[in-house]
Amino acid sequence: MSEIKPTLKQRFDRWMIRHGRVLVIGLPYLWLFLFFLVPFLIVLKISFATAEYAQPPYSALFQWVDEGVNVAINFGNYLFLLSDSLYITAYLNSIRIAAISTVITLLIGYPMAYGIARAKGSTRNLLLMLVILPFWTSFLIRVYAWIGILDREGLINAALMGMHIISEPLIMRQTEFAVYIGIVYTYLPFMILPLYSTLEKMDGSLLEAALDLGCKPWKAFLKITLPLSMPGVLAGSLLVFIPAVGEFVIPELLGGPNTLMIGRTLWNEFFSNRDWPIASSVAIAMLIFLVVPIMYFQHIQGKTEEAGK
Amino acid sequence: MSQGANQQEARECVQSSQPWNDPDAVPFIRFEKVTKKFGDFYAVDDVSLDIYRHELFALLGGSGCGKTTLLRMLAGFEELTDGKIFIDGVDMAGVPPYERPTNMMFQSYALFPHMSVETNVAFGLHQDGYSKSEIKDRVADMLALVQMSKFAKRKPHQLSGGQRQRVALARSLVKQPKVLLLDEPLGALDKKLREQTQFELVNIQEKLGTTFVMVTHDQEEAMTMASRIAVMNEGVIKQKGTPFELYEYPNSRFTANFLGQVNLIEGTLVDDDEKYAIIRSDDIGGDIYIDHAVQGHEGTTLWVALRPERLRLCTEKPEDSAHNCFGGKVEEIGYLGGLSTYHVRLDSGLRIKVSEPNTHRHNEPRYTWEDRVWVTWETGSASVLNQ
Amino acid sequence: MSGKRSIFLTSALCFGFAFLYVPILLVIIYSFNEGKLVTVWAGFSTKWYVELFQDDGMIDAAWNSLRIGVMSATLALAIGTPAGLVMSRFGRFKTRTMFSGMIAAPLVMPDVITGLSLLLLFVTMEQLIGWPEGRGMTTIVIAHTTFCAAYVAVVIQSRLAGMDSSIEEAAMDLGAKPTKIFFLITLPMILPALMAGWLLSFTLSLDDLVISSFVAGPGSTTLPMKVFSSVRLGVSPEINALATLIIVAISILIIIASILVMRSERQRSRQIQDDPGIVG
Repeated sequence: MSEIKPTLKQRFDRWMIRHGRVLVIGLPYLWLFLFFLVPFLIVLKISFATAEYAQPPYSALFQWVDEGVNVAINFGNYLFLLSDSLYITAYLNSIRIAAISTVITLLIGYPMAYGIARAKGSTRNLLLMLVILPFWTSFLIRVYAWIGILDREGLINAALMGMHIISEPLIMRQTEFAVYIGIVYTYLPFMILPLYSTLEKMDGSLLEAALDLGCKPWKAFLKITLPLSMPGVLAGSLLVFIPAVGEFVIPELLGGPNTLMIGRTLWNEFFSNRDWPIASSVAIAMLIFLVVPIMYFQHIQGKTEEAGK
Repeated sequence: MSQGANQQEARECVQSSQPWNDPDAVPFIRFEKVTKKFGDFYAVDDVSLDIYRHELFALLGGSGCGKTTLLRMLAGFEELTDGKIFIDGVDMAGVPPYERPTNMMFQSYALFPHMSVETNVAFGLHQDGYSKSEIKDRVADMLALVQMSKFAKRKPHQLSGGQRQRVALARSLVKQPKVLLLDEPLGALDKKLREQTQFELVNIQEKLGTTFVMVTHDQEEAMTMASRIAVMNEGVIKQKGTPFELYEYPNSRFTANFLGQVNLIEGTLVDDDEKYAIIRSDDIGGDIYIDHAVQGHEGTTLWVALRPERLRLCTEKPEDSAHNCFGGKVEEIGYLGGLSTYHVRLDSGLRIKVSEPNTHRHNEPRYTWEDRVWVTWETGSASVLNQ
Repeated sequence: MSGKRSIFLTSALCFGFAFLYVPILLVIIYSFNEGKLVTVWAGFSTKWYVELFQDDGMIDAAWNSLRIGVMSATLALAIGTPAGLVMSRFGRFKTRTMFSGMIAAPLVMPDVITGLSLLLLFVTMEQLIGWPEGRGMTTIVIAHTTFCAAYVAVVIQSRLAGMDSSIEEAAMDLGAKPTKIFFLITLPMILPALMAGWLLSFTLSLDDLVISSFVAGPGSTTLPMKVFSSVRLGVSPEINALATLIIVAISILIIIASILVMRSERQRSRQIQDDPGIVG
C-alpha cells in the first residue's frame, strides 16, 4: 500500500516533475532562441553599421567613449538599397519569379496530389513514395541535372538538332525560363505533400452527397473538393513561395547574369563585395517582406496541429 | 479464497447495511466542495460526494456534464481548482497519479500496443518492484479471473474489442487498488456483449470487494450495475441515490427524464392537506389527485411525473373513476415485442405515453389507431416535482 | 463520367512523374558514358567512378559531410524530440506562440538569411566570449542542428498527435513516473518517427549548400560546396557519377526505412480498425 507521508525520493521525484517540465521545454527553447532568434537581432544591428576594412568588416554600433555610449546608427545602407535600382529590381524580380513558379507548381501538383489521394491502398503508398523520393535526394544534384538538359550543348538541343527540327541551338539555360523549371522541379514535392494530406483526409461521402443532390462532377469538384482543400493549397503555396523568394542556387546555376534575384544579390554582396552591412540590410529588407507570409504559414501550421488532436 | 469469501460478505453487507443512510459511517472516498475550471468554464462546480467502501458507484450524465473530469481528478490527471478529495482519509492534494491508491480502466482501454497481454498486465507490478515470481503468479491469477489466460502472449492488435476490454480490466485490477476507476468501461462494445459484460464486471467486483467508481452515459448500464448513482448535469450533481430511489423518487424533472421514460405534466397546487393534495393542470384539462401531502404553498407551479408503465388504458370509463381519469384518442402505437407503447392525445390536447406489457402471445392488439380510450392511474403512482 | 476524370488524373500523374524522374535518370545514364561530352553517347564505361574515387578533394569533402550529417542529425534528434513533445503534450504555457514560431519559421526561412544570420552570430560570439574560435565543422554542425531540429519537431509532433494520450496516462496510473513513461511507452511508440526524423535531418544536412557556405571555415569544405564550385563551370561526368552514387545510396536507405515505417503503420492501423464487434 502506498505511503501517506512522502519519502525523500518521492519528494525528489515530485521536484523533478515540477521542474522536469521546465527542463524539457528549456533545452529546445534555449537552443532555438540562441541560434535562431538572436541571430536576427544581430543581423538587424549590423545592418545599421558601416562597412570597414577590418576584421570583422563592419563598424561597431555602440562604442564606450569617455562619458557614456556613443551610438552610431547608420541608415545609409537602407537608403542605398532604395536609391539603387538594382536592388529594387532584384526584389520585384524575386517576388514575380517566386509567385509565377508557385502558380505553376500548384497547377502541376494539384492533379497529382488528387490522383494519389484517389488511388487505392498499395498503389497510393507507391505513388506517395515516388513523390517523396526525389525530395530526399540531393537538391543540388536535381538542379544540376537540368544543366545538362537545358544547356546550349545540352540534351534537348542535341535531340532537336539531331532530328533536324532546329538548326541553331535554342538558348534555354541562363534564362528566366530555366529558373522557373528549376524552382518548379525542386519544390514540387513540397506542394504535393500538404495537398495530398488534406485531400486524403477528406470524407469521400461529401462528394457522393453532392453528386447525389444533382451536382455535376466538375461542379462538385469546384464547390466541394477545392474549397475544402484550401488549407493544403495555402500551406503548399507558402512552402514553395517563401523559400523561392530567397533562392540562390537555382538562379545562380540555371539563370543568366540578368536573372537578378534577391538571394543571389545578398550572396554576392557578402562573398564578392565583402560588404556585410549591406548584405545584412538586404536580409532585413527581405525578411520584412516575408514576415507576413511566414506568420501566416505558422498560423496554418498551428491550425492543422489543433485539428489533428 | 477465504479472503474472497470475506470480501463477498462485506459487499453484501454494504448492500444491506446502506452506509450512506448511517450518519456514523466513515466514507471511503470524499469529495469536498470540488470545483474544476477550464478557463472560464466550470466543468465541475462545487461538488460534494461521499462514496463508501465496497460500493460500485456510478457517475451518470450526458457528454460534457463533468463526470469524466470528476473521475480524472480522483485519478490525479486533473488538478482541482478548488476543494479537496480524500481517499481512505488521506488528502490527495499534490499526490501524483502514480502514487495514488487508484487504478483506472480507460475508455479507449489504452493498452500499450508494443507489449503483449502479459506484459501489459505486469506493467503496474513492475513499477512497484515486485519479485519476478510474484509478478508471474499474480498476472496468471488475474488473467484467469478475466478468462484471458489463453491469449497471454498476444499483442493488443490481435485481440477483439471484448478481449481488449478484459485485458484492460485485468491490468487495472492486478495492483489491487483501493479504488478502481472505470471510464465508460463498456462504451466500445456492442449491445449484446455489453449486457453480458455488465454482469461479469459486477461479479468480479463482488468477488474482489474493491470499490468501483464508474462513469457512464448509459442509464440502463448504471442501474444494472451500480449500488448508487449520482446523476450529473452541467458540472453539478442533480441527485444521488440507489437506482430504486432515483427511479421512483426523482427530485427534479432532469432526473425523472434522464432515467427511463416519463410524462411530465405542469400544474398548480390548489389544495394541500395532510393526507392528499390536488394539482390543477390546464395541460391535462382537470385536477390531479395525489395521495400524499405536498410541501408547498398553494398556487405554486409544480410538475407531476408519471411513468408510462404505471398508467392504464381502458376502453370504457371505469366506474370508480373519481380521480385521475382522462379521455383521449390513440395516435401512435409502437410494438416493442415485450411491451407496446401507446401515444394518446387527450381531449385537452396533451399527448401522453402509456406502455402495457404484452403478456400473451396470441392476443390481438387491444387498441388500435383512433380508438377512444381512457387513461387512468393509481393515486400513489405519481411523483410531484418542484423543479 | 469518372472515366474522363481518371484519364485526366492518370495523365497528370504520368506527366508529373516523368518530369520528376527523367532528369535524374539522364544523370544516372550519362554517368556511365565513356566520353566527356554530355550529349554524345560514346559507349559504356565506369571510368568516371574510378576517377571520382581518386579525387582526394572530393573524398575529403564527402567524409566531412558524412561526419557533419551524423552529428547534426543526432543533435537535432536530441533537441527536436523534446520540442515535438512540448508542442503536442504540454498544453499551453506562457510563451508557446513564440516557441511554435521558432519551430515553424526555420522550415520556410530562405537559406541565405539563415546562413548570414548564423555567421554574424558566430562572429559576434567570438568577439564577446572567444567561442567558437574561427569557423569550421563545429559551426556547421550547430547551424545544421538548428534547422534540422525544427523538422524533427514537426515529425515527432505529428506522430504524437496521432497517438492516444491516454496510453501515457495509463502508464502513469499504473505507477510509472514521467521519465520512465517516456522511455518505456512514448519512445518505443514514436520509434518510426525518430528514425524518420534522423534520416530526414541526415539528408538535409548532407544536402545543404548555402548555410554551410556562410558558416564554413578553411578545411571544412562539404560535399555540396565542392560539387557547387565544380558545377558552376558546367557539366562534368565525374559529378554525374557522384550524383548517381548519392541517389542510389539515399534511395536504398529511404526504401528500407519506408518499408519499416509502413509495416509498423499497418500494424497500428489494423489495431485501430479492428471492430470491437467481432469476437475472437
